Amino acid sequence: MREPSPDGIASPDLIKELGYVPNEERLRKGPVAIFECVEPIPCDVCVWACPLKAVSMGEITEKPVIDFNKCIGCGICVGRCPGQAIFVVDLSKDPPQVTVPYEMGEAPAKGVEVELLNRVGEPVGRGRVVKFFKDNLTYVVTVEVPSPELVMEVRAVRPVRGGDGA
Amino acid sequence: MGYTGLRIHHHPVLTFRRGREVTIYFEGEPIKAFEGEALAAALYAAGHKILRYSPKHGRPRSVFCMIGKCGSCIVEVDGIAKRACQELVRDGMRVRRIKGYPVLKEAGGGAKPVEEVEAEALIIGGGPAGLAAAEVLGTHGVRTLIVDDSHRLGGQLIKQTHRFFGSRELFAGLRGFQIAEKYEEKIRSFESVDVLLRTTAIGVFKEGVFAVGEERNYVLRAGTYLVATGAVENYLPFENNDLPGVMGAGAAQTLMNVWGVLPGKRPLIVGAGNVGLIVAYQLLQAGAKPAAIVEAAPRIGGWFVHAAKVRRYGVPIYVRHTIVAAHGEEGVEAATIAEVDERWRPIPGTEKTIECDAVLLAVGLTPNVDLLRQFGAKTKYVPELGGLTALRTEYLETTVPGVYVAGDVAGVEEATTAIIEGWIAGYSMLMKLRGERDEWMKERERLLKLLKTYRSSPVSARVRAGLEKVIIGGEEVA
Ligand SMILES: Cc1cc2nc3c(=O)[nH]c(=O)nc-3n(C[C@H](O)[C@H](O)[C@H](O)COP(=O)(O)OP(=O)(O)OC[C@H]3O[C@@H](n4cnc5c(N)ncnc54)[C@H](O)[C@@H]3O)c2cc1C
Ligand code: FES
Repeated sequence: MREPSPDGIASPDLIKELGYVPNEERLRKGPVAIFECVEPIPCDVCVWACPLKAVSMGEITEKPVIDFNKCIGCGICVGRCPGQAIFVVDLSKDPPQVTVPYEMGEAPAKGVEVELLNRVGEPVGRGRVVKFFKDNLTYVVTVEVPSPELVMEVRAVRPVRGGDGA
Repeated sequence: MGYTGLRIHHHPVLTFRRGREVTIYFEGEPIKAFEGEALAAALYAAGHKILRYSPKHGRPRSVFCMIGKCGSCIVEVDGIAKRACQELVRDGMRVRRIKGYPVLKEAGGGAKPVEEVEAEALIIGGGPAGLAAAEVLGTHGVRTLIVDDSHRLGGQLIKQTHRFFGSRELFAGLRGFQIAEKYEEKIRSFESVDVLLRTTAIGVFKEGVFAVGEERNYVLRAGTYLVATGAVENYLPFENNDLPGVMGAGAAQTLMNVWGVLPGKRPLIVGAGNVGLIVAYQLLQAGAKPAAIVEAAPRIGGWFVHAAKVRRYGVPIYVRHTIVAAHGEEGVEAATIAEVDERWRPIPGTEKTIECDAVLLAVGLTPNVDLLRQFGAKTKYVPELGGLTALRTEYLETTVPGVYVAGDVAGVEEATTAIIEGWIAGYSMLMKLRGERDEWMKERERLLKLLKTYRSSPVSARVRAGLEKVIIGGEEVA
């Protein structure tokens, strides 16, 4: 079994190996949650968050199991996960979309251009906010990404102008 | 000095309820501050990092702990020596640096009225462990007193802006400060529970527990006692580790999340356990840009997801690295880090200089066992639990009958386990006072099972190993 890197990065291969990536067909069908929960943290917030009961867990110290046929990619779990380890990808749209949690600087707004950041904070392109909602102070932001490969790369966004700090 | 930009004006999660703007004087110079905020925070925000000079060598000193424990912030307020981190701003207050040692009389050593208070249960420490115990005792109408040295209930929780892991029963998904607010509301609703804030229990005497408050001192007596004093931050030796701007990660959290003042705009964090990782995330939220996190171990010590959260905003984590020196005249301006070998010794030639304006130490916590030892409870050094901690039964009674422990003081863990332990201790205390009852015994067994489940993950293996060394049979309580 692969491990996350010693300095905190889970590769897309590891995510796949853990069963967190649905097959091509499901990916192309519509939005779906991608979990990046790689350790057995005693936490089951996602199980209770999901309105469709698509997430299950044995003991609280086990990893979550996602039923991709039930998941509709609504993004509620994205805002609730204390580890901010859940994202939604949508390859049915053109351009494709990624949904990420956001609780940094200024509030997002529809149509605003943001910088797309990968797992190590490198800008990998720019995209527009297509929608967002708020859950207990966390924004769940959906952005367009320029290419399908980027849906498994983009894991954070940053306002393009509000350059101070975050 | 004026504008430093360290005040946090917009925060995505926190709202700072500041008092009215007033003027205070530091060494004669007028400073704008907010009424009711910690004096140390006001001075830090105004750019006055140096609060005193060390008595022997005249080295500049600034805030280090922000919880009244280290004494590095002692200043003269209207002629009396005070800890600036515990003193609240009042309009027109005159503050000066003290030359040499503070005078005892001035430090408040004079006579204060002493009040005697009796309760059925005394809880020392109002963090999650103490509050959970009070919840059980309050629900059953036990006359309970909580003393806490801070200005609010909640312990570590009041400084945490992130959502907590766990399950529904344990408030999971709520942010630390929100859990504290909920709990405070609940505890205040119990008629039989009283709270003494800004009151420090300092000693155990024949007459009772002696506690020092703002206006008066107390002798507190009870039928059962719970020590839930949490843990204290570890220190780290390196060159210039006393430079203003070097502080505990907990102090940084108090500054930015309680008082709305950044410890720096580009802090370096030492230690990639959960505390270091979370502080880095909180700094990002508050508008700072952490320079890096260094970790001497070959991999991060905290949860991987906490690391991922800061990596994706571009904060580098250097594993197998440590800090060797801080640099600067009146405060931190840079730090030297270096790679370490297997025995955590810096490897010559690998040094790198990092520009930073603060160094935050997140190098572990040690159980705060002082009072337990004063009670006469037997302690044991258990590295897996953070250091010296008390021997106790499964039901959390120490070797002194009627004296219980719960939370980080019983082994450094998490808020979730601290709460469950608090509930268990609460039931034990209840039964000590009121006698055993089937339903209470049953509930306590259920909680014990819940605790075991929480500790069953491979990540808790260390804690489990530590607990084996401190759990004793009931017959050993004497
Ligand atoms: C940065 C950070 C992030 C964390 N994140 C999480 C998380 O996500 N999930 C999680 O479950 N846990 C988390 N924790 C751990 C959790 O906060 C602690 O394990 C928990 O607060 C321990 O509770 P406690 O009641 O034992 O101690 P504390 O919360 O430390 O409370 C002890 C209280 O006792 C008071 N006190 C101490 N001595 C005296 C005295 N002599 N007289 C009067 N009062 C006294 C203190 O002021 C304090 O209020 C985090 C901790 C930190 C530092
Ligand atoms: S006593 Fe005030 S900073 Fe430590």
